[in-house]
Amino acid sequence: MDELIQYVGEKTGIAREVNLPDFRAGDNLTIKLKIREGSKERIQSFQGDVIQISGTGKTKTFTIRKISNGIGVERIIPLNSPAIDEIVVNKRGKVRRSRLFYLRDRVGKKARIKERRTSKK
Amino acid sequence: MQGLIGRKIGMTSIFDEEGKNIACTVIEAGPCVVTQVKTADNDGYDAIQVGFGEKKEKSTTQPLQGHFKKADTTPKKKVVEYRDCELDVNLGDVLTIESVFEEGDGVNVIGTSKGKGFQGVVKRHKFRGVNDATHGQHNRQRAPGSIGAASYPAKVIKGMKMAGRMGGKRVKVRNLYIVKMLPEKNLLLINGAIPGHKGSFVIIEK
Repeated sequence: MDELIQYVGEKTGIAREVNLPDFRAGDNLTIKLKIREGSKERIQSFQGDVIQISGTGKTKTFTIRKISNGIGVERIIPLNSPAIDEIVVNKRGKVRRSRLFYLRDRVGKKARIKERRTSKK
Repeated sequence: MQGLIGRKIGMTSIFDEEGKNIACTVIEAGPCVVTQVKTADNDGYDAIQVGFGEKKEKSTTQPLQGHFKKADTTPKKKVVEYRDCELDVNLGDVLTIESVFEEGDGVNVIGTSKGKGFQGVVKRHKFRGVNDATHGQHNRQRAPGSIGAASYPAKVIKGMKMAGRMGGKRVKVRNLYIVKMLPEKNLLLINGAIPGHKGSFVIIEK
């Protein structure tokens, strides 16, 4: 039965020209989203930390959090969304869990994520 | 009315042309076999009877075995009638989703809802309960309250909403539509949720 759901995903997904980069929880991303206002389309970017990746297959989503004017803002974005124009990975984060909900209770310096530096090969 | 019998596979979501994310239920519908064509002259009304789902011959009664043999097919688990069908079909025809539906068609779907067991009034009838744990409440948070007056009528009127078995009933959901069809695997994607657990039979009518 699950194979059939998977089959539906393969048949209904959008064909993306540019592959999205790999990222995980703790990474800092800039997401460029296509926003339609009336007949016009423009790009809006959203920069923040990934605090959760959830789901599988074509219904996979990620939650991204930023602090805007002192207020925490979170967006849940489906990875397969046609509204995504581009994803840029700004910084890789070093975290010890896959869901970073503890960040919600932290402000200021405590809400920072250490950078994960990888040696270039 | 026309339609097919199917099996609920599960739920997923897809994006439409406008970029909207639509939650939909995947149904494996058909191929169904026409097991009987009823006519007004013969049976008093016009209808077609279709069957779906394989069944062992040894667990089929002989009268039913004969019935399926007439349509030149194997015994079927689920048999449904569609009255006043607009399709031109004959006995033994195989109906696939392509021959019955088109993308965007409005449909109603019938299924057997998930059994919930013995449930109280708050869950079963959406009673509000007592939203207060203090002010003299003890064991009363989810109680039904009064069920009627006293010496007159001196009985509880019939149909009073009380605790009891919930779910496991035939439920029809109306005004759904077909989001997408995948004929090569007999799959229908219908918007929204559909009653029943995965693998259960559902009846789709157009």
